[in-house]
Amino acid sequence: MTTSTLTKPAPADAGTTGPYAARIHHVSKSFGRPGAQQQVLDDINIDVAPGSFVCLLGASGCGKSTLLSLVAGLDKPSAGTIETPGGRPALMFQEHALFPWLTAGRNIELALRLRGVPRAERRGEAERLLELVRLKGAYGKRVHELSGGMRQRVAMARALAQDSQLLLMDEPFAALDAITRDVLHDELTRIWQTQNSSGSAAGNLSVLFVTHNVREAVRLGERVVLLSSRPGRVAREWHVDIPQPRRIEDSAVADLSIEITEQLRGEIRRHGQH
Amino acid sequence: MASTETTASSAKGNPGDDPAGPSTTPATEAATDAVAGSAGSTHGSPAEATTETGTGAGAEAAGATPRPTAGDLAGLEAGLDALDSAVVARQPWLRTALSKAFPPVIAIVIVLALWQLAYHFQLKPHYLLPSPLDVFRSLQQKWLEGTLLGFVWTSLSRGALGFLASVVLGTALGLIVARVKPVRAAIGPILSGLQSLPSVAWVPAAIIWFGLSDATIYAVVLLGAVPSIANGLVSGVDQISPLYLRAGRTIGATGLAGVRHVLLPAALPGYLAGLKQGWAFSWRSLMAAELIVNAPDLGTGLGQLLEQGRELQDMSWVLAAILLILIVGIGIELLIFAPIERRVLRSRGLLVKS
Repeated sequence: MTTSTLTKPAPADAGTTGPYAARIHHVSKSFGRPGAQQQVLDDINIDVAPGSFVCLLGASGCGKSTLLSLVAGLDKPSAGTIETPGGRPALMFQEHALFPWLTAGRNIELALRLRGVPRAERRGEAERLLELVRLKGAYGKRVHELSGGMRQRVAMARALAQDSQLLLMDEPFAALDAITRDVLHDELTRIWQTQNSSGSAAGNLSVLFVTHNVREAVRLGERVVLLSSRPGRVAREWHVDIPQPRRIEDSAVADLSIEITEQLRGEIRRHGQH
Repeated sequence: MASTETTASSAKGNPGDDPAGPSTTPATEAATDAVAGSAGSTHGSPAEATTETGTGAGAEAAGATPRPTAGDLAGLEAGLDALDSAVVARQPWLRTALSKAFPPVIAIVIVLALWQLAYHFQLKPHYLLPSPLDVFRSLQQKWLEGTLLGFVWTSLSRGALGFLASVVLGTALGLIVARVKPVRAAIGPILSGLQSLPSVAWVPAAIIWFGLSDATIYAVVLLGAVPSIANGLVSGVDQISPLYLRAGRTIGATGLAGVRHVLLPAALPGYLAGLKQGWAFSWRSLMAAELIVNAPDLGTGLGQLLEQGRELQDMSWVLAAILLILIVGIGIELLIFAPIERRVLRSRGLLVKS
């Protein structure tokens, strides 16, 4: 059973690479020319423990996607440091970002190939990952032949193919219909728990999940970090002790969501007071 | 929240790995329960809702309240996948071909009929406007002389050779212009401007440089086709969604691997469009060059055939040559470029079914 990885804080023996999967240390980010700069992120400090599930929550303009790009290494912070000891993190977007010129299976194999997996092992590994996201027969399917939910699951399999210890997710389910999103919440929780179970050879999988959906954050996360907007700062943080598997309809989820939403609305109101 | 915290450790776990868990309850029942639960919390006071959670979580540990299990989730997902997947029924091959060929055939028949009528009523004297049959006879005569295929082959081989050279040059040029910013700033606008220059304008210059030779013909073909192939590749690269480049970088496709695995395949549709246009420009330029560059020791191509017809004032000969030029141009497009383009677009889901 995986009970140990679900409690906070992460136990000392959980990590094989260090006490954290990602350390965001006094990170600030500004855009624009010197003199006319706009600060997007201001002194962000977040440690993501190995095997943990952290949700970043905020209204538009809080720089949550910018922060994720910084952690992914696609951009550099203006100040502060970001450490990801487990190597380059995997990243999932709101759009599936699968390559339409490749089949579902080949998309996964490309990630494996770029990771350096020998040719002979790629096919089997891709099939295994597809099975993990329950798309066993989808190897030869083209991207456009898959539904939105299936595409995001293939994208998840491709992200897992990177064998990274940190999975960054930038509103990955925001474009899906509510029913599919609900199912993918269950699926993501299951996969995260499977990767972190003691029998898994893959080691720990930490997730840093960006969303503007309070319920989604409470449904999924062990920790919910609320960012304020313009510039983005850590406004408050909650530890979510509701046992998994949760349901988005659970009243415990609803209660905490109401509390967080109130705080979020307070943050938003401050911007109307000039 | 105290109630949830006390049950936290006992209820946690991977549902799929727990055979003792409530795996037999259908998902629908769980959904009904959830609806009832949310209805309760809407109508009831907050205090009631909290109590409900407490008992719910406690009961769950005892195995009474259904929770989604691995089996349920798999079934649910399979159902969603089945509902969401588009059913693509492909029409029978022969029927598709017939329904596509039918309208153009009708159009051609109408044009021939109008032509025949104009001939019949002598809108112009017969030596200026021969009948379709006259043109056909002219073709037939060349065929019986055994020279027709030779003319077509001379032009076609020149066109193909010129086009292939243009592909090599245009692709290299296009990649450099698309990826190197200073080069793009310097020659990008010139390259797209060159497309609007009719390649026949190069013929006098080429004749002065190379005389009446094959070099002149190939120079004109290259000058006509290289810019459009290069431009096609540039716009193909420009149209790549930034998302693919970002996704490529996150899975480690950087540098040359990025060009090979992301940039080139992503640019393929635009590149193919450029190749198609490049062929059209090659063929046109070739005909312009052949019309003007007329020397006995050069082989006779379709352009030269056309020019000979004009010199002899043989209108059916002229029309036959024009018809052949058109047929070869369309034939290459239909037999080579259209199938490749269709395959690429279909495999990416970019082909809209009409």
